Amino acid sequence: MLLSMEHLRKEYPNGKVAVDDFNLQVGRGEFIAFIGTSGSGKTTTMRMINRMLKQTSGTIKINDKDISKMDPVKLRRSIGYVIQNIGLMPHMTIQENIELVPKLLGWSKEKRAEQAHKMIELAQLPDEMLKRYPGELSGGQQQRIGVVRALAADQEIILMDEPFGALDPITRESLQDLVKHLQEDLGKTFIFVTHDMDEALHLATKVVIMSQGKQVQVDTPENILRHPANEFVTNLIGEERLIRAQPNILSVSQIMLKNPVSITPDKTVDDAIDLMHDRRVDTLLVTDDDDTLQGYVDLEDINRITDAHTTVSDFTNRQVFFVKADSLIGDTVDRILKQGVKNVPVVDKDKHLVGIVTRTALVDIVYDALRGAPEADETPASPINADIHAAATHDEGGDSQQ
Amino acid sequence: MMHFLATYGTQLISKTGQHLYISAAALALGVIVAVPLGILLTRMKHGANFVITLAGVLQTIPAMALLAIMIPIFGIGSTPAIVALFIYSLLPILRNTYLGMQGVSPTVRDAAKGMGMTWWQMMIQAEIPLAAPVIMAGIRLSATYVIAWATLASYIGAGGLGDFIFNGLNLYRSDLILGGSIPVILLALIVDYLLGKVEMAVTPRQLR
Ligand SMILES: Nc1ncnc2c1ncn2[C@@H]1O[C@H](COP(=O)(O)OP(=O)(O)OP(=O)(O)O)[C@@H](O)[C@H]1O
Ligand SMILES: [Mg+2]
Repeated sequence: MLLSMEHLRKEYPNGKVAVDDFNLQVGRGEFIAFIGTSGSGKTTTMRMINRMLKQTSGTIKINDKDISKMDPVKLRRSIGYVIQNIGLMPHMTIQENIELVPKLLGWSKEKRAEQAHKMIELAQLPDEMLKRYPGELSGGQQQRIGVVRALAADQEIILMDEPFGALDPITRESLQDLVKHLQEDLGKTFIFVTHDMDEALHLATKVVIMSQGKQVQVDTPENILRHPANEFVTNLIGEERLIRAQPNILSVSQIMLKNPVSITPDKTVDDAIDLMHDRRVDTLLVTDDDDTLQGYVDLEDINRITDAHTTVSDFTNRQVFFVKADSLIGDTVDRILKQGVKNVPVVDKDKHLVGIVTRTALVDIVYDALRGAPEADETPASPINADIHAAATHDEGGDSQQ
Repeated sequence: MMHFLATYGTQLISKTGQHLYISAAALALGVIVAVPLGILLTRMKHGANFVITLAGVLQTIPAMALLAIMIPIFGIGSTPAIVALFIYSLLPILRNTYLGMQGVSPTVRDAAKGMGMTWWQMMIQAEIPLAAPVIMAGIRLSATYVIAWATLASYIGAGGLGDFIFNGLNLYRSDLILGGSIPVILLALIVDYLLGKVEMAVTPRQLR
């Protein structure tokens, strides 16, 4: 094992136990993400690895060597470290900042300069920025420098404490790609603290979920999504992600209710009210004679109508979101959860109404996910279905009855 | 004016030299003692307040009294004057060094340590450079004090521009008083200006 932590405990002098019985084995080239509520001990754990803090008890070994027997200065130089608040030296230029550890390690001037140019390129910032001071850079640019500075001395292990906190989504993504590339292609090992579940699931080979100084669950992103250890983990992951993590082969037709309550446009208000009453619903889907979806009517709209002989077609709401029966659940989830729609009609390829997906049906899936639905185990590992999901959205994107 | 310079020109130059020598020696001693002491105080959990208060108390001893106290210990001449002025120079430098070092952001210190700097490297490469503007401001203030008070050194036979002033006072000669005072003022202004330049130079570009 490259890095092994056993029974780590950290009690601060004020008696606060910040980390309790922490155990983790990290192999070369792994990407470990620590995630958890604020104050759960992520930073504390990370800082014990480079001896910025001394554990109260327990051992940390790097390549089977106990780090408490190493020279702390040498240890720190051999581990890249991005602190929670970036921590660029304000009185040094960007170049001097990047060259700091290489210089401490005694690299030659030329080699250092070469590395500085390489790193600024890696950070996707212009070369002339090397001559600037940190205060002359934007927060996001500083953060990027902070990240590449931790890589400048070719360290094998890199600790990053919320390195992408202040970044816009685009920069964030490009830096995520960068660290992912360093891990996958160059075999670097990352220990990474984040508050962003998507980031953790996307980057990590192993996610460590922490709460109040304890590890709640340590597993691959796939397993965490499929078998969250408890309610804390479920809440941390969020309902939406759990549903999206469901097997992507599950199509809408498998979870829809097959007898949606529908009405034809030629019926009257009274008919509509009777039907709603009978079936105990507050919306009716409007379909023409061959079952083609036209729109929907809603109890609220009906209440406003005084003439009992008005036909349904007169107050049909024709802006209706629907999904196709063979589309994937992930898409339906988005529609219901993100658009705030109560339920979504399901149509076949000719827009014939075939069913409806309700919020209740989705909740059932969430419960299946919590219990770890058996069929989930056979599906290929794909925790975030992002691609498939995106594809499905393209397919259906913005469909609505005009 | 011309008459004064013609008569006392060479004397003026040598007295100014003495004055500068006494002041510079006192200030240099002050820097050598107070800067490390100030840094040391930031490393100690207790005692900082005590030491700074003590330096403050020393500062309140009347100058004449302090000079007089020096005579039995160091005799007369420039040595007791330098020692007395050195004591006066301590407080501003000590206090500014302490505050400057304390003012270095914990984040920077943390990052420096986390990247593997030794205690010394942190001090030399990170903390002192960052505290330098504040430390320099203290040195500058001390320099002005010391130059002004060095005038009194003449009283215990240390020479300097004070000689003109004391002679002038004894002989009721205002030309001598002015001939001593104006160079002192000019000296103080020039030194303050030059040290101000240094202070600027040690301030990182972005912090100016
Ligand atoms: N020097 C200290 N002395 C006493 N308690 C501390 C100290 N540093 C941290 N703590 C406490 O230890 C706990 C864990 O802190 P830590 O910084 O590791 O949390 P974290 O998971 O990194 O939180 P965040 O996500 O907010 O950064 C917190 O309750 C914190 O208040
Ligand atoms: Mg933290």
